[in-house]
Formats: sequence, structure tokens, C-alpha cells
Amino acid sequence: MTDIATTILPRVSTISADLVAKRYRSERRFRAYGLISLGITALFLAFLVIDIVGKGYPAFFEHTVTLPVTISADKIDSSNPAKGDYIGLAKDALKAAFPAMSGRADRKALLSLLSSGASDDLRKMVVSDPSLIGKQIDVPFLLSADADLYFKGSQTTVTRSAGSGPIDITKVEEKYTISGNVDGLTEGNILRVNDGAFRITAIIGAEIEAEPLIEPSSVGQVAADRWQTLKFSSKEADRRISDKEAVVLETLKAKGLVSKGISWRFFTSGDSREPELSGIRGALVGSLLTLSITLAICLPIGIAAAIYLEEFARKGRLTNFIEVNINNLAAVPSIIFGLLGLAVFLNFFGMPRSAPLVGGLVLALLVLPTIIIASRAAFRSVPPSIKEAAFGVGASHQQAVFHHVLPLAVPGILTGTILGVARALGETAPLLMIGMVAFIVDVPTGVTDAATLLPVQIYLWSDLPELGFQSRTAAAIIVLMFVLFALNGFAIYLRKRFERRW
Amino acid sequence: MLIFYAGLLLLAATAFYAGRSKAIAILADKPGSMHSLPLYHGAYVALYAIVAASCVYALASVADLPFGQYAALIVALGAATHAFQKISPDFRARNTVEKIVLVVLALCSGFAILTTVGIVFSVLFEALRFFSQVSPLSFIAGLQWSPTSEPASFGFIPLLVGTLLITVIAIFIAGPLGLFAAIYMAEYASPRMRAYAKPILEMLAGVPTVVLGFFAALTVAPLIRGWGETFGLSVASESALAAGVVMGMMIVPLISSLSDDVINAVPQSLRDGSYALGATHSETIKKVVLPAALPGIVSAFILAISRAIGETMIVVMAAGLAANLTVNPLEAVTTITVQIATLLVGDQEFDSAKTLSAFALGLVLFMITLALNYVALRVVQKYREQYD
Repeated sequence: MTDIATTILPRVSTISADLVAKRYRSERRFRAYGLISLGITALFLAFLVIDIVGKGYPAFFEHTVTLPVTISADKIDSSNPAKGDYIGLAKDALKAAFPAMSGRADRKALLSLLSSGASDDLRKMVVSDPSLIGKQIDVPFLLSADADLYFKGSQTTVTRSAGSGPIDITKVEEKYTISGNVDGLTEGNILRVNDGAFRITAIIGAEIEAEPLIEPSSVGQVAADRWQTLKFSSKEADRRISDKEAVVLETLKAKGLVSKGISWRFFTSGDSREPELSGIRGALVGSLLTLSITLAICLPIGIAAAIYLEEFARKGRLTNFIEVNINNLAAVPSIIFGLLGLAVFLNFFGMPRSAPLVGGLVLALLVLPTIIIASRAAFRSVPPSIKEAAFGVGASHQQAVFHHVLPLAVPGILTGTILGVARALGETAPLLMIGMVAFIVDVPTGVTDAATLLPVQIYLWSDLPELGFQSRTAAAIIVLMFVLFALNGFAIYLRKRFERRW
Repeated sequence: MLIFYAGLLLLAATAFYAGRSKAIAILADKPGSMHSLPLYHGAYVALYAIVAASCVYALASVADLPFGQYAALIVALGAATHAFQKISPDFRARNTVEKIVLVVLALCSGFAILTTVGIVFSVLFEALRFFSQVSPLSFIAGLQWSPTSEPASFGFIPLLVGTLLITVIAIFIAGPLGLFAAIYMAEYASPRMRAYAKPILEMLAGVPTVVLGFFAALTVAPLIRGWGETFGLSVASESALAAGVVMGMMIVPLISSLSDDVINAVPQSLRDGSYALGATHSETIKKVVLPAALPGIVSAFILAISRAIGETMIVVMAAGLAANLTVNPLEAVTTITVQIATLLVGDQEFDSAKTLSAFALGLVLFMITLALNYVALRVVQKYREQYD
């Protein structure tokens, strides 16, 4: 017997050992699939967040150029300072900084660097303090979106290098030739010299031919610390900022006039056609108004419906039908609610288009099923003994529910409501149907004013071709996600704080 | 109108206070004699006034009578006085108040029915007007969709194919990812791991679709285009693939959380039995747990499909507008929801087939999602195993 066992067993065990090894490999593989799936999901989320934060982060900053301005009384009427020619003052200030740029095209290039709303801050300063009229002050002017993006490096990367040695500039019949220690330069590079600038057009041996972008006041010997080269990573035609404009910006920056600050404007102004002037205040107020309406409608109705269905409704066909309806509505695509809003609230009841009132009503219908389902779950989690004890001391059914069950269900209801509101806050599609996609500059003041909401603002901006708006879109997304995060965090806190094990 | 509401509010508050004071006075006189608490007497008087005023006001509004609101307020005053006189120790104020409260609660729960009716009627009504202008057959079987051209054609097939193409891509991505994630979370993950992984999935589920649309249009689509070019493929800038991939990622949390629940609901005894026969963990999952959880998983997939078909913002921002009849994921296609959104944003003329066609599409979309939700529900009900 032992002989047989010793001869047979090894054979069996090698087969089974192979089999076992194979099965364990398959086990590990299967487990890895799960881990990989989770990993891909996490990576996607990380990629999404990093991408959007990377795109949106620069929009929270803006660049201004500080220029001395003489607020002359002939441009600003001291009896009505709000009406003055402030943009003229801003233009004059910039022109004064570049006296060499006197041609029409030069002037145009120069002034395109200022935002069309550059003088708004100056206006506010003067209106609040009319005694400034007649004085000279240093005023920060907002740069245009393109100039702003240039400094943020989103359009092209600039390599600045100091002069490598003394150079000699000669001017012969309107043609400039540069000689000296100028290694490592190629055509298209820019030399800033004294108060002028050249673009290299050709390199012939040790000599460089260049065309002037800004005519320098003098030519001749230039020391190494008096000139500087600029190299761009993209061609002039591929940039929104021309070489000449770039030189102006570089000159301003070299003089220390350009400063970077937090763009409070992004939070305090409404929408605008200019990226650098646009903000999300209108959208934030619109969202707030709309969600107030939503909450005011769906919280009482949702709780009442949940109380009825959970505590009072007799099980029957009608109750069953209501339940099926609620579950179905929770799965209806949100765009259908937009169609409902358009057909019923706008066309039938004749409510105003684009109004937070209608948006709030539509969103209320949209999140009502969610709130009813969450509230019912909250009621169900309160043990029946609480109610029975209330009955025992003589409470009526309604007294038992309203005095004892409802207070205990409130944390659960609140959690569900906050999650419902978070969902409503991110909802866009139904609002497109009821005309909330309009371009609205003014911040809404009431529920019937035309308004837009944060997600709709994101959608509107994302459609615009300007690079400045792309960054604003991402910044608005950051704000929206931050609010959603805070809401969800608050819901989790509530759940943790008031969670009870019975 | 404002006068009516302000006046009624004031009247109701006064009525409540008066009723309650009278009851308190009676109670102070003869303690323990009242059937109902003073609160209910107050509420009774106030509710009586409100109900009376509302009835009169509604009647006056319907009949378009002048001074309806004043008449309503006067009637309310009379009603409140009448109710006030009824207050006595034997009067059962609580029963009446509770009855009214119950009716209000029941009406609130009826809101869901009202919403459904509203949806069905608003969509159906406009869709019928559309079908009176365009024959249903040319809508359902037409191969060309160009609502703005002259003459316009309303063939639904390209939209359906486009929608299904993007949905299929989304499910191809979300199905395996969501299911494996759910299996890992339910079967393998340690509590620590779950504590990290669950919030990730919940966060992804909470990302607004407009954000995903922005990401799909500005990041994923150029990325796929770039990859396509390195392999020598021409990829449309609004390819179905980009929208489908991002939509797939959107659905992952839905599939994983629903599947997680059904896998967790499979009784431990089934697993223990399988282990006792010598099966490994993964063999148990594949041969025992998944078959047992299959109805729930199928239902999760169907709900995911329904969600993908009805999703709007991702496709509006990342998919195209041109209704190409193609199944090539690298080309641009359009979907039902995209067309609804583009047809109704901007000028709306409710007598033109162009605007009304959006409602016909809405009707189709509503019916498709309703049918899918119903099937999902039935699958679970019909094939669910009862283990207890």
C-alpha cells in the first residue's frame, strides 16, 4: 500500500500543483482587474481636476499697468465726474509713456493693450473723491485679455536674456546694422535697445540686419547692460500679441509698471464681452435666487409628501401609483423637465423667460423625487417604538408624527435635501430650454429679472473662441466645484454628527 | 392680489391668536375640561378663515368679479367669527384640523402625479401638432435629419444611430470599469481601501455634466484627435468617441454603486458553500456571486443605458450638430438630446415644424427612458432570488 501511495502521489500532486498555481494566477489577475478599474477611475478624476485647475487658476489673477495720470479739469467736469472722458486719460497716459510710437498703426497697437474697461477703476476713484481732479496720480489700468495672457505665458513662452556684450548699431539710409557680440540669435528674434527695439531680419556673417519696431532716439555704441534679447516660442502670426506689442509690454514690465494681482473683478462683476472684464457675480446671484425658489418649493412639499406616504397613506392602488410615479420621475432625463417648463410655465402660464422663478420651479420639480425618496428613508430609519411611546401617552397619530418622528428624521431629511440642492446647482440642460442662456450683463435683483446660473455661464463661456474665456470657464468651474464640495461636505458632516444607532 | 395675501395673513394670525386666547381662558376657568389643546382651537379658527377666503377668491377669479379680494376677506372675517363662537370645552377642534392637515399632505404627495401628467401632456400635445405637419412614418423611418434646410427633412434614424453609438461607447467603457470596481469594493477591498475608494466614486458622480462636457470638448477630444493623427487616422474634432468616453466615465459610479449594492445583498452562506467546495475567491465570485446578482447587475446596466441616452450637456458640448448616419466612432454624430437643445435654444416659433420637432424628439426620449426604467424594474422583480 505504501509503495503504491508513494508512486502515485507525486504524479497527482504535480498536476494539482500546476492546477492550483494556475488557479491562483487567475485569482490574482481577477483581483488586479478590480484594482485597475478603480485606478483608472481615480486617474480620470485626478486628470479632470488637474486639467481644470491648471486651466482656471490663472483667471483668478490679472495684470495691471500703473501709469501717472494728470486728471485735467478740461476732460473731467467736476460737477459731474461720472461722465468724464476717463478712457481718453488712460490712452493719453499710455501714449505719454511711449513718445516714439506716434504713427497711426503704432498708436493702435499701443492702445489695444489696454482693456476697454481699463479706466473704470479710475472713474470710481474720481467719483468717490472729486478733489483728485487737477492732480497727478499713479493709477493702475487693467490690461487687455491678450496682454494679460501674454504675461501669464499662455500664448507664447518668452525667453529673455541680457546683452552678452557691447554692440554697435549703425544706421545707413533707414537700414540698421548691428555688429558686436551677438551670438546665438536668429531671424525673428528681438533686441530691445535703450528706448527702442529691433527685429532681426537677416544675419550676414558677424553682422545683423534689423528693422526697427520702435525707433530708438539714438544709435551708436551700446553697452551690454543697455540691451536685451527676446525670443518667442511661437511665430508672430500664431500669436494674438504682435512683436511690437510684446516689446511695449516688455518695456512696461522692465520699468516695473506692470503688477499682478488677484482678480476680485472675477467675483464682483457680471458677464461681459471682454474676457478680462467678465465675472461670475451675476451667475452666482442668479444661482442663489433660483435655488432659493427651488428650496422654498420642494422642501415643504417633499417633506409633506414623504410624511404622507410613509406615515398616513393606506396601501392601495393610488398610493402605489404615486410611488411608481416618484420613482419614474427620478429617472426621467433632466432635459424633459426643460420641455415641461417651456410648454407649461412659459407658454401656458406666460411666465417671463430667463427668470430665476421659472428656473427654480423647473429645478424644484426635478429634485422633488430625490427629496421625497431621501425623506422617506429618513422617516423609515426612526424606530416605531418612538411613535408607539407617543401613542401610549395619548398622542394622536399626527401629534406623534409631528412632535416625535419628524424631529428625529430632520438630519436625514436635511442631508437628502442638501444633496438634492447640490444636484440642482449643477444642472444645466433644463435651463437651456427656458431661455436662461441669454447674455446678461446686469446682476439680477429679483426672481423675475433675466438671469443666468453658474453652470449655464460655464456653458456660455465654453462656447466662446477667445482664449481668455477658456480660462474664465475653467475658473468658474473651480468655483462651482468648490461650492458643490462644500455642500457635500456639509451633508456628510450632518450625517456623521446626527447619525444615531437605535 | 398682494392686498389679499397680506390681509389674509393678518386675518389668519389674528384669528389664531384670538381662538387660542379664548381656549386658554376657558381652560383657566375649568382646568382639564377642553377636548382639544388651545393650539388646535386657534388653528381651527385660522384655517376656517383661510379656506373660506381661498374658496371665495378662487370663485371670484374664475367669474372675473370686481373687488373679489375684498369680498373674500370679508367672508373670511365672517367665517373666523363663526368658528370663534364654536369654541367650547366639547368642541373637537383637533379632529378637524388634523383632517385638513392630512388633506394637505395627501395633495403634496400628489404632486408627483401632477408632474408626470404635465410632462406627458406638454410633450404629447406639441408632438401631436408636429405629427399633423410631418407624417409619423417619415419621422420614424427617415434617413435624413435637416430641420433647418429647405425643404426640411425630419428623419429620426440618424439621431437614433448617433445616440446609440455614443451610448454603446459609454457602456463599453463604464460596464467593465464599473462592474470590476464594484466587485473589488464589495469582495476584496479592506474597510480602509473602501473608505478611500468610495469618496472617489461619489465625487465623480457629483461632477456636474457641464463640467464633464467642457473637459470632453477641450481636453479629451483634442487628445483623441492627436492620438488618431499619430496612427494616421482622421478623427473629427467633435468625434463620437470623445463624448462616449467621457460619458462612460460619468456612468461608472452609477454602475458600480448599484452593482455594489446587489453584490453585497448576495447572502454570505452562498459564498461559504462555494469556499467549502474548494473554490478560490475569484471562482466563487464568477460562478456563484455574479450569477446570483445577475438580475440586479442587468438592471444597473439598463439604468445606465437610460442615463446615457438622456444625458445632454456632455453631448451638446462635445458631440457634433450634423446628423451623419454612421457607426464610425471617429466621426461626428449628433444625438436626440443635442437636437432638442439646439432646436429650442434661440428663436422658437411654435407653429413651425422645426420647433415642434424638438417635442416629438422629447416624446421619443421620454418613452425610451420610461421603457428602459420599466424593464430594469421588471428584471429585478421577475428574476430576483429570495434567499431568506
